[in-house]
This record gives sequence, structure tokens and C-alpha cells, in this order.
Amino acid sequence: MAGNTGTYLIRGAAILGGEQGDLLIRNGLIAETGTDLSAEGATVIDAAGLVALPGMVDVHTHLREPGREDAETVETGTRAAALGGYTAVHAMANSTPVADTAGVVEQVYSLGQKAGWVDVRPVGAVTVGLAGEQLAELGAMADSRARVRMFSDDGICVHDPVLMRRALEYVKAFDGVVAQHAQEPRLTAGAQMNEGEVSAVLGLAGWPAVAEESIIARDVLLAQHVGSRLHVCHVSTAGSVEIIRWAKERGINVTAEVTPHHLLLTDDLVRSYDPVYKVNPPLRTDADVQALRAGLADGTIDVVGTDHAPHPSEHKECEWAQAAMGMTGLETALSVVQHTMIETGLMTWADFARVTSAAAAKIGRLEDQGRPLEAGEPANVILVDPAARWMVEPSLMATMGRNSPFKGMELPGKVVATFFKGHPTVLGGALNTPYRHAASVGAA
Amino acid sequence: MKHLLSTENLSLANAIRILDTAEEMAAVGDREVKKLPALRGRTVVNLFFEDSTRTRISFEAAAKRLSADVINFAAKGSSVSKGESLKDTAQTLSAMGADAVVIRHWASGAPHRLAATDWIDAAVINAGDGTHEHPTQALLDAFTMRRHWARLAGTGSEGADLKGMRVAIAGDVLHSRVARSNVWLLRTLGAEVTLVAPPTLLPIGVDKWPCKVSYNMDETIEQGVDAVMMLRVQGERMNASFFPSTREYSRRWGFDDNRLRALDALGMKDTIIMHPGPMNRGLEISAAAADSPRSTVLAQVRNGVSVRMAALYLLLSGDTREPAATPALAYTGTHSTKESN
Repeated sequence: MAGNTGTYLIRGAAILGGEQGDLLIRNGLIAETGTDLSAEGATVIDAAGLVALPGMVDVHTHLREPGREDAETVETGTRAAALGGYTAVHAMANSTPVADTAGVVEQVYSLGQKAGWVDVRPVGAVTVGLAGEQLAELGAMADSRARVRMFSDDGICVHDPVLMRRALEYVKAFDGVVAQHAQEPRLTAGAQMNEGEVSAVLGLAGWPAVAEESIIARDVLLAQHVGSRLHVCHVSTAGSVEIIRWAKERGINVTAEVTPHHLLLTDDLVRSYDPVYKVNPPLRTDADVQALRAGLADGTIDVVGTDHAPHPSEHKECEWAQAAMGMTGLETALSVVQHTMIETGLMTWADFARVTSAAAAKIGRLEDQGRPLEAGEPANVILVDPAARWMVEPSLMATMGRNSPFKGMELPGKVVATFFKGHPTVLGGALNTPYRHAASVGAA
Repeated sequence: MKHLLSTENLSLANAIRILDTAEEMAAVGDREVKKLPALRGRTVVNLFFEDSTRTRISFEAAAKRLSADVINFAAKGSSVSKGESLKDTAQTLSAMGADAVVIRHWASGAPHRLAATDWIDAAVINAGDGTHEHPTQALLDAFTMRRHWARLAGTGSEGADLKGMRVAIAGDVLHSRVARSNVWLLRTLGAEVTLVAPPTLLPIGVDKWPCKVSYNMDETIEQGVDAVMMLRVQGERMNASFFPSTREYSRRWGFDDNRLRALDALGMKDTIIMHPGPMNRGLEISAAAADSPRSTVLAQVRNGVSVRMAALYLLLSGDTREPAATPALAYTGTHSTKESN
């Protein structure tokens, strides 16, 4: 096995929040599980009171590189990911240049390997330049070293129904998935926030729920018609949950994601006109929040995706209408999900492992991620202190983005350690060292 | 009060206080020397990111009658149009020692941003932000209505509210900051408000507002109304399918000559017709209605200076205490001395 991995004995962790057990990590794998394992030759980590979970997999991350290195780089974004408990992230395609060629996705992939904090799996653009006119070379990206399986114009909806149909059909050739940013563009021209009671008072142009729901309804029917795989990014409304539930009941091959912020925050926060709450899709109502939680708990929504979207401060220190959309999320996701789903009794830690790891890895077709914590499996493991409470302070985060909507909130749960391919990228709640890939970058 | 950002959170006591102070200021306008020394040495900046000559000169006249130094900063054609941010502009004005910033901005919430951040320490007056609020317009409208309502009651305006007054606000409510500010303020003052508009020009969520909603102008008039406020219709709305044509709009929602005659026929001799200006004669209001004795359009302009004097005086005179509620008044507003958030 490659890299700078050592031997670690995790002693007495609650495995998936259940029974206590030990995990022996050696040569990048979980070598042994059980109780009272021998510590010989191993660095022992006392995990009493900690929960052991599979490394989290984010299906939706904006790393901004190449092009907007003032907002985030692969290095800083993946440091944030490791601290947040992630061992893999999907880097969205809306970089500059757009990740719509094999060259760009390989660049991002290489930057991820060089950084060594997590697996960086580039997402390829569906259309050239995200312009929604012509399919990008999806096959070339799939065949590249980056082995792209997820394709998305995220930030922009593939709104042309014919183009969407073709994309869904085409990715079947290499087991790909189209991840749709569901937003009917004509219904959302100039939209600033959720359309409803609050937007009426604030005089901000509305982003109606129907603009999301109508696209999802169309897309699940297209996916059924062509027999392909659809993923719906950042589902934000109660109606969307209903449509996806209906589609799954009919056997349509659709998966869906929800962001941590849509599980907790509502459009009432926009009354402050503070652009830290500006995001796309927008924060919705409490009824939507409750429906999203229920949908995640019952499996209608498959995964939590952060939609981590760092922005430089000048893009948020301005008028609401001028501000960029997006929030950071990698370093708060675990805590927000614990707060909204586990502490409310809606989910267990085993469910958490499903929605933050196993199901996400399956959508992205990441073979070495989201695996059970069993002997012989890759050692992508995190240790979480569920009893910890902490105050969110964006200036202390590893991401370059300071645009966390959770600023000042006290949240539960802290990542104590992250093992990536058997190497501790995070120890004692702080960054350790990156994993070093044995094969030199670019030698594939 | 530190700022005047909206009427949504303006308490009844503060609203009455502004209106009463405006009455005192109006008396100054009747004097030979129309000037008070109250704000001598204070600097008021008119920061306008959107053209509005009427509102700007109204604030300018108000500040000058209070002896303040006035700086007009039209953001068009300035460093702002070269990409300077609101933050940098605010900090520049702060460094120059502005005591009050009167801000007009095309973006809803821009005045709230100035007031909520540490970019500038000055008092902030919202002179119209996007499609959000225009509190001094609502206050001058209320001032105009209150004088009328008090005259009908045979009492003085001072300390009075608008209890029982039936007000119809008609037109493009969706895009109107004037309508929003009026709905909140008139609610606080006890008036009964009916919004009259095509369904396309009402915001989703209007059903939660403290007012009635009607799609029918004639019915609203027939049911009895003491003031009809016509909102300006922007020409560009027609191209976005909010209504089929300007003629259809005018027939169904405009205050035309037939509706003017209906007021007479129904015996509503004291009903006034209001408009915040500038008017589209022949579209939302007919020439006969605009020029009739019922029209308060020019009185509104005159009262605008008094109300803005009152706002500037109260924000800058240093007395930011919440006044005690007048015992005769039911206290329905929020007890809050700050308007932000």
C-alpha cells in the first residue's frame, strides 16, 4: 500500500454510534476490528466517548480553483473538508475555466492529489462553458485520469429539455449521473430570495418553489423515459420532496441531496438584509425545513451535500442584490446534521453514515469511500465527539470563505480525527499532515 | 430613534411624534423667514444611487430650513459608477463627518445595511430603497390624511391618529415601496386599508398583510372610501405581461372620470385623491381627477418638506428617547427605539 501510512489502534470507539469496539488501521486498511486488540507497534488513540464513522463524502463542493483562488483553493478547501470529517469531495465544475474538458478535470484531480487531504473527484460540466447549448465532451472526462462520473452545470440549470434528455441518455455509456441544479430560469429572473410572506415585506424579487419543483418533475420523467440516472442537487422545498418520493415509488432512478443550511435556516433570516444568508436555492420556510428533515430521515433524500461556496468578503459586504449567492459548509456540516437530525431523534449515527458517506460514495461511484467499518476495507474513518459544543467562528476556519451563516451559533459535535487512506489528516481536532500519494502526480 | 429605515417597526408613539413635529415645522414654512437654526453645523448627505429629483430637493429644502449643511452625492457619474462599493462610499462619507445620510437606492435593504454595519456612524434615513420601503413618503401621506381627517372631525391634528379612515391604495403594489410603507404606517395609525390591484401586481404573501385586498376598483369605491391613493405604473411592466395593455389597465384599475363621477354620485364629497407623483395622466389617473379639488397631490409635496424636517430634526437633535404614549391613544405599535432589524 502506498503513502505515508502508519499503524493506529483506535481504542473503544462507539462504532457507528453503537457498540464499543477497536479498529486497527494498518497499511491504509482497516486491518482488524474487535475488542481488546493488541496495540503492538501501533499508535493508540483513546476513543472512549467518541463515535467512529466512515469518512464523509461531499457530493457538492465548490473549490473555486482554477480561476478564483481569491475565494478558495483546492488546498484550503480540502483542509476545510478534512477538518469537517470528509475524506472525499466532489469539486463542482463552475471554475474558470469551466471544468468542461479532460484537461481541466485532470488539473483539479492532480491538485487534489497534491494537496493530499481528501479524495478530490472533479464534477464535469454537462454543457460547454455551462452555457446550456452544447454537450461538453462527457466521455473524454469520464475516460480521463479524473474518472468523472458526475456531471453538472451546477449554479445553472440545464433547462433545455432536449439537452437534458440527451445528457441523461449519453452518460449511460459510462455509468455517469447528471446532477441537476433545478431552477427554471424564466421563473427566477432576478430572484433574490424565497418568494413568500417574507419577500413580500422585504421587497426582494421572489424565487418561487415552483421553479424548482417543475424542473424536478420534468427531469424525473425524463430519467424514467430514457432509463437513466438523475441526481437532484440541493433540494429545498417540501414540494420537491413530494415529487422525488413519488418518483422513487415508481422506481425511477433518482437520488437527491439536501444541504445543511436548508435543514436548519429559514428565510426569516433575510429580514436582516445580511447577504451571508443569500444562497441559491434560497432559504425557505419552516414548513420546508421540516419536510426536508422528514425526507432525509425516510430516505427520500439520499444524501447531505454541503454546497460549500466560499466567497471573498467584498462579495458579501455590500447590498443584498449585489451580493454573491452561497455559504461555506464543510466545517459545519457534521454539527448541523447532528443538531437537526440526530438530536431531534430523526436519525441515528448509522443513518448519518448512510447519508453523509455510503450513499454519497455510491452516487459518485467512489469505490474506496463510504465503506463499512470492517476488516479489509479502506481506512477512511473519522472519530467524532458528539458531546462537544462549540461556537461557530468563521475567522478560525480553514476555508478562505468567511461566509458562514452559522456564525455565532453554538452547535454540537466535533471531528476529533480523520483518517484518509489510513493516514490521520486530522488529529486532536486539528490538522495533522496530508496523505502523500506514492505514485508521483501525473505518472498515470 | 437612531435611524428611519422603515415604517414596519415604527411605533405609534414615534409616528405621532414625527407627525406632530411636522406640524410645528409646517408653521415655519408659513413664516417670512423659512428657517430654523436647529441643525446649524450639522452635515446632511443626500446619497442618491437612483435619480429622484423630487425626493432629493424635498430633503434638501428640509435640511436647509433647519440650517444644516447639505451635500448632494449623486452616485451616478461618480466613483460609485466606477465600481466603488457601498461600503467604501459610506466610509468616505463617515470620514468627511456626515451626521445624517439620506439614502435613495435601487436595492431593497441598502439603508438597512448602512445602519447595521460599522461602515458609518451617521443617522440613516431611507429615502426609498428598491421595492421595499419609502417611510418619509408614507409619513407625508399620513400627515396629509391626518389634516384632512381632523378637519372633518372638527378637531386639531396634533396627537391624532387615523382611526376609522378608509384608505384605498391602488395600482402596482408588487413593485411599490410607497404601498408597503403606507400599509404598515396606516395600520399603526388605525386606518382601514384596502389594496386594489390586478392579481399580477400583488406580491405572493399579501394575504398576511394587515389590510384587505380587492381586484375591483368600482366595488371598493361603492363600499365607501375616504382616501384613494393611486400608485404610479411603470411603463416597463407592460412588456412583462403584468397586464395586457395600458388601456385595459386604465379602464379596470385607473382612477378615470367615471370613477370621479361615482364619488359624487355616491355622495362621498369628502373623499380625497392622492398620488405620490410623478403622475402618468391618462394611465392610472385622469387629468380631471388629478386637477379636481379632491386631489391632494400638491399638498403632499408641500407636506413632504415638513415631514422630512421633522425626521431630520428628531434624528439629529439628540433626543432619542421613546416618548410616552399619549393617554388618549391605544398603543398598537411596537415599542422599539430602533428601526433596524
